[in-house]
Amino acid sequence: MTKKTRFRDTISHIFIGNAVPIMFIVLIAFAIPLSGFSTGYLIEEMVTRLGRDSFLVLSLLLPIMAGMGLNFGIVLGAMSGQIGIILVTNWGVSGVGGLFLAMAVATPLAVLMGWIAGLVLNRAKGREMVTSLILGYFINGVYQLVVLYVMGKIIPIKNSAIVLSRGYGIRNAIDLKGMRQSLDKLIPLKIGGISVPVATFIFIALLCLFIWWFAKTKLGHDMRAVGQNMAVAEDSGIKVERTRIIAIILSTVLACYGQILFLQNIGTLNTYNSHDQTATFAVAALLIGGASVARASIPNVFLGVILFHLMFVVAPVAGKELMGSAMIGEYFRVFVSYGIIAVSIVLYSWKRVKERERARRSLRGAKGS
Amino acid sequence: MTDQQPLLHMQGITKEYFGNRVLTDVSLDVNRGEILGLVGENGAGKSTLMNILFGMSVIAQTGGYSGKVSIDGKEVNFQNPFDALKAGIGMVHQEFSLIPGFTATENILLNGEILHDNIVTKIFGPRLKTLDLPEMRAIAEKSIELLGVEISPDTLVAEMPVGHRQFTELAREIHRPEMKVLVLDEPTAVLTESEAQVLLTSLRRLAATGIAIIFITHRLQEILDACDRIVILRDGQVVKEVATSNTDIGQVAEAMVGRNVSAQSAATSDYNESTETILSVDHLWVDMPGETVRDVTLEVHKGEIFGIGGLAGQGKLGIPNGIMGLYAAGGAVTLHKKPIHLNDPAAALAAGMAFVSEDRRGVGLLLEEALDWNIAFTAMQAQNKFLRPLLGGLIQWRDDKAIQNVALEYIKALDIKCTGTDQPARELSGGNQQKICLAKAFAVQPDVLFVSEPTRGIDVGAKSLVLEALRTYNLENGTTIIMVSSELEELRSICDRIAIVDEGRIAGILPPSATAKEFGLLMIGKLKNEENKVGSHE
Amino acid sequence: MNSIRRFVDKAGWPRIIIAMLLLSLFIVAPSVGVRVDQSITDTIVRFGMNGILVLGMVPMVQTGCGLNFGLPLGIIAGLLGATISIELGLTGLAGFAGAIGFATPFALLLGWSYGKLLNRVKGDEMMIATYVGFSSVSFMCMMWMLLPYRSSKMIWGYGGSGLRTTISLEGFWIHILDNFLTIRIGHNFMFPTGMILFFAFMAWIMWAFFHTKTGTAMTAVGSNPDYARAAGINVDKMRTISVIMSTVYGAIGILVFQQSFGFIQLYNGPFFMALPAVAAILIGGASVNKANITNVVIGTILFQGILTMTPSVINSAIQSDLSEVVRIIVSDGMIVYALTRVTRKSR
Repeated sequence: MTKKTRFRDTISHIFIGNAVPIMFIVLIAFAIPLSGFSTGYLIEEMVTRLGRDSFLVLSLLLPIMAGMGLNFGIVLGAMSGQIGIILVTNWGVSGVGGLFLAMAVATPLAVLMGWIAGLVLNRAKGREMVTSLILGYFINGVYQLVVLYVMGKIIPIKNSAIVLSRGYGIRNAIDLKGMRQSLDKLIPLKIGGISVPVATFIFIALLCLFIWWFAKTKLGHDMRAVGQNMAVAEDSGIKVERTRIIAIILSTVLACYGQILFLQNIGTLNTYNSHDQTATFAVAALLIGGASVARASIPNVFLGVILFHLMFVVAPVAGKELMGSAMIGEYFRVFVSYGIIAVSIVLYSWKRVKERERARRSLRGAKGS
Repeated sequence: MTDQQPLLHMQGITKEYFGNRVLTDVSLDVNRGEILGLVGENGAGKSTLMNILFGMSVIAQTGGYSGKVSIDGKEVNFQNPFDALKAGIGMVHQEFSLIPGFTATENILLNGEILHDNIVTKIFGPRLKTLDLPEMRAIAEKSIELLGVEISPDTLVAEMPVGHRQFTELAREIHRPEMKVLVLDEPTAVLTESEAQVLLTSLRRLAATGIAIIFITHRLQEILDACDRIVILRDGQVVKEVATSNTDIGQVAEAMVGRNVSAQSAATSDYNESTETILSVDHLWVDMPGETVRDVTLEVHKGEIFGIGGLAGQGKLGIPNGIMGLYAAGGAVTLHKKPIHLNDPAAALAAGMAFVSEDRRGVGLLLEEALDWNIAFTAMQAQNKFLRPLLGGLIQWRDDKAIQNVALEYIKALDIKCTGTDQPARELSGGNQQKICLAKAFAVQPDVLFVSEPTRGIDVGAKSLVLEALRTYNLENGTTIIMVSSELEELRSICDRIAIVDEGRIAGILPPSATAKEFGLLMIGKLKNEENKVGSHE
Repeated sequence: MNSIRRFVDKAGWPRIIIAMLLLSLFIVAPSVGVRVDQSITDTIVRFGMNGILVLGMVPMVQTGCGLNFGLPLGIIAGLLGATISIELGLTGLAGFAGAIGFATPFALLLGWSYGKLLNRVKGDEMMIATYVGFSSVSFMCMMWMLLPYRSSKMIWGYGGSGLRTTISLEGFWIHILDNFLTIRIGHNFMFPTGMILFFAFMAWIMWAFFHTKTGTAMTAVGSNPDYARAAGINVDKMRTISVIMSTVYGAIGILVFQQSFGFIQLYNGPFFMALPAVAAILIGGASVNKANITNVVIGTILFQGILTMTPSVINSAIQSDLSEVVRIIVSDGMIVYALTRVTRKSR
């Protein structure tokens, strides 16, 4: 093979393997000039959103490694984090201290939620994704029950500012003014007029380091084995069910912290809605970054967050320019999010069917027939 | 033989499964550095014996076993495979137990990785120790080297040829320093000739290091090439134990297959003398995983009961499955001189063939549905029976009464024990379920009926009833029956002619009166050295 | 005692809990000032509204395609039919019939493509159904704004373009079925005969279909696809037919729902509509791969009963609005429960 053909082969291999991100780059490259946003503005937005959303998307990696697919159940972690924030606001603790206190308080709840989710998913092997999705809706119902009725009535809430006028139940929106951007601004840094949330990025970097290190541990290695073939892993003595539950617990706890970071950046907690799109957008971002249901890595996370949010920011304005309505742009970005998830799952499923067929044929190796 | 005690000593092993005796007083010795060949038909007890040795849970769950197993003189009783592993027993199963996306190294050391402590382990436990990949790689390399093959420890299993995967499995078993006894179950089934040779060489190298090896195979050449001694099992008993140098294939084949043939009933002497061909099969190949058919050519006579036998995995089950369109097939099949369209179950049924599958629960029955549905369904779908046309034939309405009636008919004819025509099929016993499958095929009133493993998993009483039902159906209706079975005696009791399948081809066709030795020779595979071939039909 | 235990095992705890809950709500109702006859009316009306949507779940479950989370596709076909009918100015019975008439080709086309897709992804049908449903609704959100509708009754006023979010059926075919041969007793009891008759008719068609040769084949396909294949049945074709049936029932179902509800809900209206239908059939005793018409009737009555009674009774009792939360917990909880039941391993 000549150098030239090898080069061409490599290039085409890169293109096919990363079709989705490349398509998105083309799409966005087309839409950005339409939107009329300045490069500076876009870069500033992306820096903010990287800080705000990366942690959540990173929490999706471990279940994929463990072969459990896209964990729509991260919304359980998000809800735990929100309860942590509600309690901390109730106690009136603000600033970075309040932030870490919220994380600490929410952790046991997130662990419990993750454990429950893990148990449920182990009972639904082969249907993990749809089960985690519906489980998320179910727990959302329980969350609403707790926050709308139990809090204030059975769980005493002192801070009347967050309680509804009827006397119990949490308000629709809580202003997190005390905590707002407390971590982002902890280490102030401005590059070219853009504020860089250094402390948040350090936090994210620590998580990346953890994930990288985790893959080298026995537990991480076991998770990869379980993710590829549960039967073989079981036969070799790896405790499959336990490993899967641990993967989900870790994912849920990380999502809990991720949601807290998200909220501290936004500055407002929409008690009943902030977590609605958490799973959808995180999953869509990861997939846009080139991940698949069976394989995802850290670069997919960051690339995905940038591309997803570029599209998110640009779509409404581009829509207005192109079609005369910003609404179309907004609907378009929602459509893209669901669409990319639908396409990824179809491709993954298609591949699984083909692999099953191939395995049936080659398992006992028809000798040169 | 040295005076040293055997490394592995199994004494008086007896095992029953739900009243069915599968092993009777089996005793087996393997010495250090010896390769022992374990030979037997399906159902002879080889797998059960190995399951006992390896501590598989199915043994304890079904009442355990009696007898003694000792390693190095110490009695052992394994409750699970991990105990066996720790005591130094390794087993390479027929199905690969590998993680495709892992390298050879990672597979070889699966759940046996080399680990190091770190700060976190103190708090969060031992599962957070880090892997020592360079050390693991070195161990894997040594293991591979011992086998004498060329495999890079960093290759992904998914990218390896099949033979290399087999070697990786082997390497996994032997990398353990405490390995004493290694059991290999048909290891060359998936290998090419040259790979098989390399494997046998590796086994001899392993034996030279003192490991005792039990080699399960039906391939005569391998037994003679690799093994020091041979133990032959038949019907759960050791019928022969001999040094390889002291025997020939004829003796081995006969021991494997031969039985005291019980007096056949008079009715079967009414053999069909017709030589008119009803079904002709030409260069048939079938891609059925585990039962590949490579090149089968047959002619079946009208009205006869034609038997197809052979050892498991050699392809006999693939023949009816391929002709009936359940698996990808090619070649030419003609029925009544008309070609049959392959890969099309509807066409096979329409042409007048029916099939009672060996996979009773998987393919043969709708377990959740009533037994009358089960009986009538195929006939309804393939031949529009049990339907009432409405609106001038536009709508085919299911005639539930007719379905019930036909079910009652067959319940009576085949003496099916049930609580009623609406009983779900899964509630019936194995024998009665098989009768339902037969009824389903009879209801189609086929010209040619394929029956695969008709009495598998059925208790002794029901066995004879099923065979009798087949024989009666053949006599009364003149239906040609093609019966595939791993039980040679069964075939000999009702078939007019018996073909033996080996390596996906017809090895030969014999009358039921041929000797056990002749059958055994056909089953056991051809020899490389033609001189040892025993003349047939003596 | 033994027969009670067998009944419990067969019915499953969630169903029994829900049935007892419903019964107790009816008993408690009068004491908190909720009229029983009004409640029964509400339950029956909601049963009629939702019945056909739930009925549409049966074919796909029977062929092993799983619970139809992709019901929004059928609903979209129905919405297209309804909006076209209004666009053409059809009113009354002609309007309703027109809506069905225009919806059907869309339902057939969408059902056929959806069926072909599901045939390629055997084993993951439910997840794909969910996201195909979600994506289609989002896609239609854009389409509702762009399609060339002109009727002033439907588009945004003051020179806007694109359809409104909700469109009233007043003056078109509102209550067309409900008001057919209605039985009224006193002020608070109404039996919507027309709608219930229509449901019975649609149920009868499905019952009859499953008694034909094709319907029987479809049941076998879901029960054991290998068995069906060995009997010469084209498994993929059967599955596609079941998906088409399900989609058509979804289209007709939403039209029946709308005529009673009084409004056409576009944009994100259909987004979560599959879940209550799925929950209803599960509550009625269906599993992921077995369902019949009895499951539909029992399940819809129980589920809609709970949804009707809980808010009215509890709201009156503790002066607050629990309806939304109860709906989420009951329906999604039931679905999670069903997803974790171990079913026959498909090969």
